[in-house]
Order: sequence, then structure tokens, then C-alpha cells
Amino acid sequence: LAQARRPLGPYDTSEAVTPYAQATTYNNFYEFGTGKDDPARLAGSLRTRPWTVIIDGEVKKPVKVDIDTLQSWFPLEDRIYRMRCVEGWSMVMPWLGFPLAALLRRVEPNSHAKYVKFTALDDPKQFPGQRSSVLDWPYVEGLRLDEALHPLTFMAVGLQGRVLPNQNGAPLRLVVPWKYGFKSIKSVVRITLTREQPKTTWALAAPDEYGFYANVNPAVPHPRWSQATERRIGELRRRPTLPFNGYAEQVAHLYKGMDLRRFF
Amino acid sequence: MVVGGLLPVAVLLLDAGSGALGANPVQRAILQSGQLALALLLLSLACTPLRRLTGWTWPARIRKALGLLAFVYALLHFGLYLFDHGFTPDVVLEDVLKRPFVTVGFAALVLLLPLALTSTRDAVRRLGFLRWQRLHRLVYAAALLGVLHYWWGVKKDHTAPLIAALVLAALLAARLLRQRRGRARSGS
Repeated sequence: LAQARRPLGPYDTSEAVTPYAQATTYNNFYEFGTGKDDPARLAGSLRTRPWTVIIDGEVKKPVKVDIDTLQSWFPLEDRIYRMRCVEGWSMVMPWLGFPLAALLRRVEPNSHAKYVKFTALDDPKQFPGQRSSVLDWPYVEGLRLDEALHPLTFMAVGLQGRVLPNQNGAPLRLVVPWKYGFKSIKSVVRITLTREQPKTTWALAAPDEYGFYANVNPAVPHPRWSQATERRIGELRRRPTLPFNGYAEQVAHLYKGMDLRRFF
Repeated sequence: MVVGGLLPVAVLLLDAGSGALGANPVQRAILQSGQLALALLLLSLACTPLRRLTGWTWPARIRKALGLLAFVYALLHFGLYLFDHGFTPDVVLEDVLKRPFVTVGFAALVLLLPLALTSTRDAVRRLGFLRWQRLHRLVYAAALLGVLHYWWGVKKDHTAPLIAALVLAALLAARLLRQRRGRARSGS
């Protein structure tokens, strides 16, 4: 409650926060199953300690680090972000964590680094959904380096002032608020700086439906539904979806001159 | 039967009131009404093969009720979809015309309409049984489109639509088999 009264930062939205009960029971996290309630139901099988994160690839100082040590490197910040799922619903999430840029600066990307590849935990014993081949495991996501260094791009370890619940991607997840939710990979174990654009899970699974960029864009429909509107969880009527999920002012310059219909 | 078949609507309303439909109740209600419509349609198609297989007569007696209920749930499914989009005509029109997933679902509903309208004994008499029967073969097209709609509507996990497709395939195969056997018999 004290957190709600905290003055808003420059990146925070002042919109009503999605109730914790809904934000933690309506999740897409196929590692636990394809149903929205599977993650909350089955998340108990995930062990988030001990947890090791590897940061390697095109960096001067690769590291293999325990999650608690990693967290201690940075002051934890609050960020209240909109989250827009590619399926047409959205939430407002008060994350706790640190900017990805701070982590990347620490490992010092070299001049070959052009992209960042993120890999999630691959363990069917902890992730019952991985016993089915509904997606190619492990889950992989990626960003262009300039996207990864953008001050909005965030690594979350908490939600609403609490430790990140397993179903929301504990112990460490990416949050890229201007992209569809599937870009924000959960339960990250490896961050690799690469020369080439990484092959990402949903773009591999259905290349005509999910692109590498996946910027929230009301003007580019999904082949099976329009992206012009969204339902904010908790509201009955749909609302218009905003370009870059309302973060156009901060991020549109990253894509100047790019055809966003082609690079969807 | 028809009244009993509407019980899920009451459950849906109760769940909506108590929050049991989850964080996205409209989405959930759309899914549930659609699944019910398809399941009832497949059940109605199972009546005749079941009667022939077992000699029981009750499947024939409930066939009409199952078909009508399927139509009611398909209508509810479409109504909830319209509500979801704020009854905005241009949005719905664009969906129906441009997105195959919606197009086939809408087509299935349209095909069911004349069947529901001619479901009375009086309609059979007015049309004549042969013409009525020919008209009601549209149900096969509606079921195929319904399964396709379900298949295309799923994001990645096709287990449930696959089950529906297999059930429909079995029901159609039963009819084809019987038709061929009938033909062979009349040819000899």
C-alpha cells in the first residue's frame, strides 16, 4: 500500500493497477501449460533458488552468477508498465527490478554485439508444459541491442512489492512494455550477446503470425484478429490499442525508416 | 430437454456473477458457448448412427432438441462476440470478410439458421420430406465449418479441435460406409 503512494517516476503509467489476484491467475506461460490458469495451478513445481544466470557471447566480461548476487548489483526500482498481450487483452503491472541496460553495461558488449538473445529454463521436471512439444523448448526471445539498451527495457524480479510469483516468470524475467507480451521472456537463465538476429520461439512456431519485432501496433492486424482494440483486464468494454502500447514518444525513433508492416 | 439444455446458460450467468469465469470473463464465455455449440452439433449427428447401431429409438427422439440447442449456443456465441466488439458494424464486417477464422464460423451459423427455422413437423410437411432432408444435409457443412473455425481459433494447442475433428470424421465415415453398403446391396 505504501507503494501505491510512491510518487510516479518518468516511466510509470498513472492508470489503475491490475489487481494482484488477476495478474497472478491469468497468465500465458506455456512451460506450465496452454491454459490461462495452468501457470497459477502448476507453478509450485518451479524451484527458483538456487538459480544461476549466464551472461555471455559478444561481451568483454562474461559472467555466471547466482540470482541473489545479480540482484545485489543494482538498486531495485519500481516501474508501473502497461502490458499488452498479442491475444488482445492488457494489464497494468507494477514491476520491481532493474534496467537491462545496467546489466549489459556491466558485462561490456564488444563491437560485434548487435542483438541480445534470452533463453528460459529448460527442465520438464519443473515445467510440466515442456513435456508436450507445443513449442520448441527452451523458450528463446531476442532484442536488437539498441532496444535492449533502451531505458524502458527492464528485468523484473518482483511484482507489486513482492517477490515475483513463479507464474509471472520468477526469478528473473524480461519486460519490454512497447512489445507484445510474448517478447517478455520469463524464468531467464541465459543472456547472450550475438552478431546475428536470434531465432525466437513464436516467430519460429508461426512466422506469419508473430514477428521478431512484435511492437504493439493497432494498424497491423494479427492474421486471425484485429489488433485495433484490447480488453483491459477488469473492464467490460474494449479500448483502443495505442501505437507502441502508448510508449511511442519514447521508442518510435528506434524504428525510423523501417516498414513496420513488413517487420511486424 | 430443451429447457435442461439451457442449464449451461444459467451456470455461465452464475459464474459471471461470482467471478468464476476468471480475469477475462467475456473471452471465457465466448469460448464456452462456442465449445457447447460444436459439442451439441456433433451429438445431434451421432443420433442416427447410434440408433442404427443399437436399435434404440430414443436417440432419434432427442436429435431435434440437440440440433436446436446447438443453434441456440452458436447464436449466443455470436452475440457474445458482437458484445465483445461493442456491436461495432464495421469491425464485425471486416472480421467476417477478411479473417478466414471468423468467416467460416459465421458461415456455419448462417447454414444452421434455415435448419432451425424448418425444425417443426409443420415445416417437414410443407417442404415435403425429400426436400426437407436435402436442406438438412447442410448440417454436415455447418459441422465441418464449425470444426475448422475451432481449429483456426486456437493459438497453438490443437488437442481439443483435433478431438472434435476426429469425432466428426467418425460420424461422417459411418454414414459413407452405410451409403456404400446400401449401394452395393441394391446393385447386386
